[in-house]
Amino acid sequence: MFTPDRAILFGHSRAIFSAHHRAIFFARHRAISFARYRAISFARYRAILATSLWLAMTTGASLAETPNLGKPIDEAAIAAWDISILPDGTGLPKGSGTPAQGAVIYAEKCVSCHGDNGKGGVAAALVSDQKIAGISASQKTIKNFWPYSTTIFDFIRRAMPFQMPRSLSDDEVYALTAYILAENKLIGAGDTMDAQTLPKVKMPNRDNFIIRFPDRI
Amino acid sequence: MAKDRNARGRTLEAAAGNGLIDRRALLGRGMAIAGAMGAGIGQASAGAEPLIDDPWSLEVGEPMPIYQTPSKFEARVARTLSNPNFEPRNSHARTPHHLLDGTTTPNGLHFAINHGGVPVIDPEKHRLVIHGLVKRPLEFSLESLSRYPMTSRVSFLECGGNSAPMFSPEPMQETVQALHGLVSCAEWTGVSLSTLLEETGIDASAKWLIAEGADSPHLSRSVPVKKALDDAMIALYQNGERLMPGNGYPMRLLLPGYEGNMNVKFLRRIKLVDQPALSMYEARTYSQLLPDGKAYRFYFLQEVKSFITSPSHGQALKGPGLYEISGIAYSGTGRIEKVMVSADGGQSWAQAALQEPVLSKAFTRFRLPWRWDGGKATLQSRAWDEAGNVQPTRAEFVALRGELTKPAPVLAFPNQHYNSITSWGVGTNGEVKHVYA
Repeated sequence: MFTPDRAILFGHSRAIFSAHHRAIFFARHRAISFARYRAISFARYRAILATSLWLAMTTGASLAETPNLGKPIDEAAIAAWDISILPDGTGLPKGSGTPAQGAVIYAEKCVSCHGDNGKGGVAAALVSDQKIAGISASQKTIKNFWPYSTTIFDFIRRAMPFQMPRSLSDDEVYALTAYILAENKLIGAGDTMDAQTLPKVKMPNRDNFIIRFPDRI
Repeated sequence: MAKDRNARGRTLEAAAGNGLIDRRALLGRGMAIAGAMGAGIGQASAGAEPLIDDPWSLEVGEPMPIYQTPSKFEARVARTLSNPNFEPRNSHARTPHHLLDGTTTPNGLHFAINHGGVPVIDPEKHRLVIHGLVKRPLEFSLESLSRYPMTSRVSFLECGGNSAPMFSPEPMQETVQALHGLVSCAEWTGVSLSTLLEETGIDASAKWLIAEGADSPHLSRSVPVKKALDDAMIALYQNGERLMPGNGYPMRLLLPGYEGNMNVKFLRRIKLVDQPALSMYEARTYSQLLPDGKAYRFYFLQEVKSFITSPSHGQALKGPGLYEISGIAYSGTGRIEKVMVSADGGQSWAQAALQEPVLSKAFTRFRLPWRWDGGKATLQSRAWDEAGNVQPTRAEFVALRGELTKPAPVLAFPNQHYNSITSWGVGTNGEVKHVYA
């Protein structure tokens, strides 16, 4: 019976990562020096090779040192879950909405928590002219703090309404986003929000952030 | 320095002002403290009543349950809930550090914040997909992940908003649970994320991943690939058993040392991307306002911190004598190097004993004997980590990060990443209260 060496648990395929990721991986994930790594690498190569051959003979698998039990899935099959929106607009779906359309949806599905005209209720205000003075987070509003308009769309679509998340159509999410932006006077009352126009809305506070630890990114 | 002798003639050497005793006295602790306590409390032997058998010694006890829970006499050892009536908003549960000891937070008492209730997830139907800028998008079931090589590590988890009440300009007069209850420590077991990323392959343009939960807010956070390849884990077990529902069952992302919210629970999707998503939690909630009106972004790190859990606010010392000052220290950067303790508000310091093992990015228990003479005292702890980071004094912290103009509600998060020294004032009546010093 073939029993892989315990070292295989810590061995990782070298073929998969890019050189950049591999360097980070070996430098950080393995707490060993490069010299030490070289010293043991031959033995590990042999172990990996042996397992590769064993797996190749028994299962035909090309990846040796992990169980390789991930089931291939294509992006189309992930589409219903893939709701990430990036600040440059990547991921925004088809569809559109206007502030006027949003006002109707807001009155039906949002007002009970967020209050008349988005002025706040049991949930946070969405429309406000609050200015920031001092460090209290309670002053943060969409208008004075949120750096990207895409975040509004992303959050409504993934998390709202609180009791019925994912129940809004993309058109409805665009309309509500447009309504909030217009009520905050960040777009015009007649503007339409869609995948092209929304990322172009420049939020007032966008350039007011400091990356805390740049070397951790 | 002043010396004191206990009943067996051992020397208890003063290590700093106002009664702090050298940590080495802890080595022979049973004898040293027993003797000294006797001297402090009074005639311990006088007036003891004759011993009798209590009822539980005279009858058969109860049958054992299949899953045991703490004694009914320990019912007060419980989390405090921010939203007990389950109103439509988030819910926090805080760890009662003043009622615990050691370094492991029991699973039932691990802190949790959930933004849309605790989802009831069928583990057989749960899936984790990894996609985006990868060579092969892959889907994993809990069953398949369970066949991967497992790793275990002890790691603290801390909400970025833990200790936030201490941004208030006045001491909050709250327990260590209310002030610091949003941090806990457990042994997590799971699959290294790097192992799974090896199977999917990563495109060179991938700099971030977006992690997303299967809960109703579909909570999502952006994580640098750098961290993912360092020590990130898909955690399946918490202190040896499957994750607690409120802590992410059946699987969560574990990013040792990084703010709790990034350790996405109920993890169902990881998307490799070239830019961060600036999701609501990173664009708004976890960006911290600074005194000049700017704000930090991507703070991530839970910096070096410590606090005394005993004695602490709300407790009362029962007369002069020898006590043990005990607390917790941790750093998101690595191991705790040392903890210093003061009993005179920072005028003099003594080095505390650290309970082994001292693990990277994990709770470290510190202890120091202290003889309370019945006078006023201000107890503080200050931690250093192995990278040389030192826990700031409150004055140092406020000079950089500012403070509120008026006290905030204790359950609010007026700002985040507060790690300065906590001070407990001991009055002549023995009562312990939160103070600033």
